[in-house]
Amino acid sequence: MNKKDNDYLDQLESESIHILREVAGQFERPALLFSGGKDSITMTRIAQKAFRPGKFPFPLVHIDTGHNFPEVIAFRDQLVQSLGERLVVRRVEDTMREKNLKPPVGKLGSRNALQTYTLLDAIEEFRFDACIGGARRDEEKARAKERIVSVRDEFGQWEPKLQRPELWNLYNGRIHKGENVRVFPISNWTELDIWNYIRRERIDLPRIYFAHRRRCLVYKGQLVAASGHIINDPSDEFVERSVRFRTVGDMNCTAAVESTASTVEEIIREISLSRISERGETRIDDRTSEAAMEDRKKGGYF
Amino acid sequence: MDLLRFITAGSVDDGKSTLIGRLLFDSKSILSDQLQAIRRQSRKDSALEIDLALLTDGLRAEREQGITIDVAYKYFSTTKRKFIIADAPGHIQYTRNMVTGASTANLALILIDARNGIVEQTRRHSILASLLGIPHIVVCVNKMDLVDFSEDRFYEIVNRYQAIAGKLGLNDVYYVPVSARLGDHIVDRSVHMPWFTGKPLLPYLEDLPLSSDINLEIARMPVQYVIRPQSGDLHDYRGYAGKIISGSFHQGEAVRIFPGGEETTISSIETFDGVLDQAFAPQSVIMHLTGDLGVGRGDLIVPRDQPVHFGQDIQATLCWMDTAPLKEGDRLLLQHNSSRIRCSIREIPYLIDVGSLEHLPAKGPIGLNEIFCATLHTAQPMAWDRYRDNRANGGFILIDEHSNLTVGAGMIQ
Repeated sequence: MNKKDNDYLDQLESESIHILREVAGQFERPALLFSGGKDSITMTRIAQKAFRPGKFPFPLVHIDTGHNFPEVIAFRDQLVQSLGERLVVRRVEDTMREKNLKPPVGKLGSRNALQTYTLLDAIEEFRFDACIGGARRDEEKARAKERIVSVRDEFGQWEPKLQRPELWNLYNGRIHKGENVRVFPISNWTELDIWNYIRRERIDLPRIYFAHRRRCLVYKGQLVAASGHIINDPSDEFVERSVRFRTVGDMNCTAAVESTASTVEEIIREISLSRISERGETRIDDRTSEAAMEDRKKGGYF
Repeated sequence: MDLLRFITAGSVDDGKSTLIGRLLFDSKSILSDQLQAIRRQSRKDSALEIDLALLTDGLRAEREQGITIDVAYKYFSTTKRKFIIADAPGHIQYTRNMVTGASTANLALILIDARNGIVEQTRRHSILASLLGIPHIVVCVNKMDLVDFSEDRFYEIVNRYQAIAGKLGLNDVYYVPVSARLGDHIVDRSVHMPWFTGKPLLPYLEDLPLSSDINLEIARMPVQYVIRPQSGDLHDYRGYAGKIISGSFHQGEAVRIFPGGEETTISSIETFDGVLDQAFAPQSVIMHLTGDLGVGRGDLIVPRDQPVHFGQDIQATLCWMDTAPLKEGDRLLLQHNSSRIRCSIREIPYLIDVGSLEHLPAKGPIGLNEIFCATLHTAQPMAWDRYRDNRANGGFILIDEHSNLTVGAGMIQ
């Protein structure tokens, strides 16, 4: 027998392990960007598969907006401890103070866009030459166009018209001094693939991914977790609902979905039936314009 | 459930993006908010008439100019298969982007406008599919609604294409008459073409037995990274991490390491999930080898009874991908699996006319998007297979040492 039945999850996993090992082999100072969300938690499992029993050849780097779900931060610290790996945290708040940046305006005042500054500063501080991220091509159509190894200039900018051809599984990570690359090892995974993998691998996640009762602000038809980060108005409508989060980011740009799914199996069933995309349902910051993500990427965003 | 990666190529006017939009739409992979976003942009209102192309053209310039510039990857699943579509531009000036998409594809979907029949682009895409060794081809004769769903017209195109396929050695070609705009023969049978008895497109893609693009007979594993924890009881641990790109390895197997030529045996094969007696492509594993060896990144592990070509001179079919021209004598970096070595272009015996497949003499430097044959001399010997025998160990890219750009792709002959 020469052939093993290769499940598509095995193929995706092996492709991602291969990409991580290429990063380790081709770069001097890589970093794994870690948000505490399910995609970056999955990335740590793939990194274990790529490098154990050795250590990860990179630290985990969290660009912290300060608008966190406390459960996610607690989970992050526990995960890092159990992995025995190094965590670097750089705070958007510090960048705002140092650079005298105006706090974001508006009711929700998402700091998502400000993360770019903090990330670029961290890249400079640690001289990172490759930042590994958990972005997927199914998330958004500008991401669907990005290479697995994506070269950024010294200002972190993405130039979609000058992308390097990327053939077979050969990744050209050669860069000039000052440039860096973003690497997306789970580019070819979909949201459902991630959940199927989480089920197969029995990966633990922060509780906010599962249905729980929570007080939420009703904002333009979406549910936003009530927190001290929202500017309250007398006309605000708060409700308590059974909700879960499909993505985890800045508290103020991540909406909750009404759900009673309290196990991975129930979530997989719910996603399979859902008619709304992950970003469309839960990201408050992508609605601004058709090219919102393309523009943020060109500016140095993840 | 398995995985099928396919490429769609075609020009804007063939309705390629509409066809992909249709596959996603009819397989219920387009979600309602994405639909709303394209509805906002489409002038027409009904769900069937919306401009499905707006789904795949992800860059601002593409939407503005109404063309596909770069490869977009799209994903959908049915109960039978997960699909990855590489949606590539059709224009000749974006050939390098099409080659990028084609390099990992297992099937190419070639679109022909029923009104125009086979055009220069159809030939070019078919030739690229054949050069890149894509095992399965599906020819979609589109816009059948604009030729009155004519059976004669369909078979006229099929006959002409068969001649091309024969010449290119494309053995597995399926033909289907469709109307992407109306959804005929995409998921369900068309009421307009009762004369067609084959499967509609999606059921065909779901049921097609996949001949693997992985060579299962000859085993190769490039070493990507050496794992050396250097701590505690793992002080002497030394694991060679890599992905098996073809064939299979087993514990105790006699192997040779290239380019050094050391002979050794596999003492064990390990993954995070445990030790394996045997491991198969495309698994990523850690190999342990007997003895004290200087094995590192860039080396290739090969079973002793499955020889590999080894030397400093290769001949390859190449696609040039840089705006700066290439000439004989130029020096470049050659990346082949995990190794990167210097090489020089010795000779360019001929160009391949991608419209006719004829060999033409190379007069002067090679320009962007040209396909040609060259002999290369490498600074160190490399271990390779012919691309047609083993796609995974026969392809390489060329990198310009100064710009760092990927300037060419080659398939060893």
